[in-house]
Amino acid sequence: MSPVRRQHVILRVVAKLLIPYILLFALYVQFHGDYGPGGGFQAGVIFGAAFVLYGLIFGLERAKAAAPPRIIEILVSLGVLLFAGVGVASMFKGGNFLDYGVLEHDPLAGQHLGILVIELGVGITVTAAMITLYFYFAGRGRA
Amino acid sequence: MITTVQIVRVRSLFATVMLTGIFSLLGAGWMMTLDAPDVAFTEAAVGAGIATVLMLSTLALTTRRSKTPTGNKLLPLLVVGVTGALLVWATLDMPHLGDPSAPVHQHVAPRYLAQKEIHGHAAQAETGVPNVVTAVLGSYRGYDTLGETTVIFTAAIGVMLVLGGRRRRDDASSKRKGKAKGKAA
Repeated sequence: MSPVRRQHVILRVVAKLLIPYILLFALYVQFHGDYGPGGGFQAGVIFGAAFVLYGLIFGLERAKAAAPPRIIEILVSLGVLLFAGVGVASMFKGGNFLDYGVLEHDPLAGQHLGILVIELGVGITVTAAMITLYFYFAGRGRA
Repeated sequence: MITTVQIVRVRSLFATVMLTGIFSLLGAGWMMTLDAPDVAFTEAAVGAGIATVLMLSTLALTTRRSKTPTGNKLLPLLVVGVTGALLVWATLDMPHLGDPSAPVHQHVAPRYLAQKEIHGHAAQAETGVPNVVTAVLGSYRGYDTLGETTVIFTAAIGVMLVLGGRRRRDDASSKRKGKAKGKAA
């Protein structure tokens, strides 16, 4: 941590207090998207924003330690793969691509499950993409 | 409105970035008043949050002040003016907010929102998800959403390739030696 950052005690304390709640809120937006406003995209952005805030306050190195770039890079593609995988899975079950109704015995439950999983896929990709964008932009000047 | 004028007027790029952030937050407020919390969410988080941070980190790499424009100032003004006038003219054709005869409310929306006895509306009866926005995005327009996710994926990959290619390029150039001389420099 650079000496300049060391001075911002208030910022660091407030960020430390806020970040867990931001993450929690992101998860709420993610999994409550079926019932209230929100969904994968919004949750992903909020989740990513928590990491960006951490990186801003505590420095890029510690943010990279918290979210290893290698794992993040894998997660970027994992989300899309999960989304498309649900589509392929529904094809294997005898439906059309992305036709979630066939995923369970009850079409309604299948639809619900499908939407939940694809929203998770969207969330993972958006989170990872946001963190990646930040890492690459912020790490540009020092390498 | 004041924010927009300031964005155009201010020469300090730092202030411009801050003002665009404020503008996005105001935009999120407008979306909220239009009863579109999903969009407001996105606007607040992306526009006011992440985009501002990315702009700032870009500023850290470049300069903080924009150059005073040189050359003919009338042509850009004309182009912007004509485009703006066209956009305003196009809004005259748009239906009023909440107009029941608007095309948006005539196409597929009535079917999604049709009242069902057991479940609240048709979208819920067919997908089991009470939030219509989620139902439409996730199920009825699953292809669109998959495409959007792929766009974000592609954007991340693009940034990685453009900004992060240095290390690998050095490796590759040391292997291929003479071939990539120009690139490595």
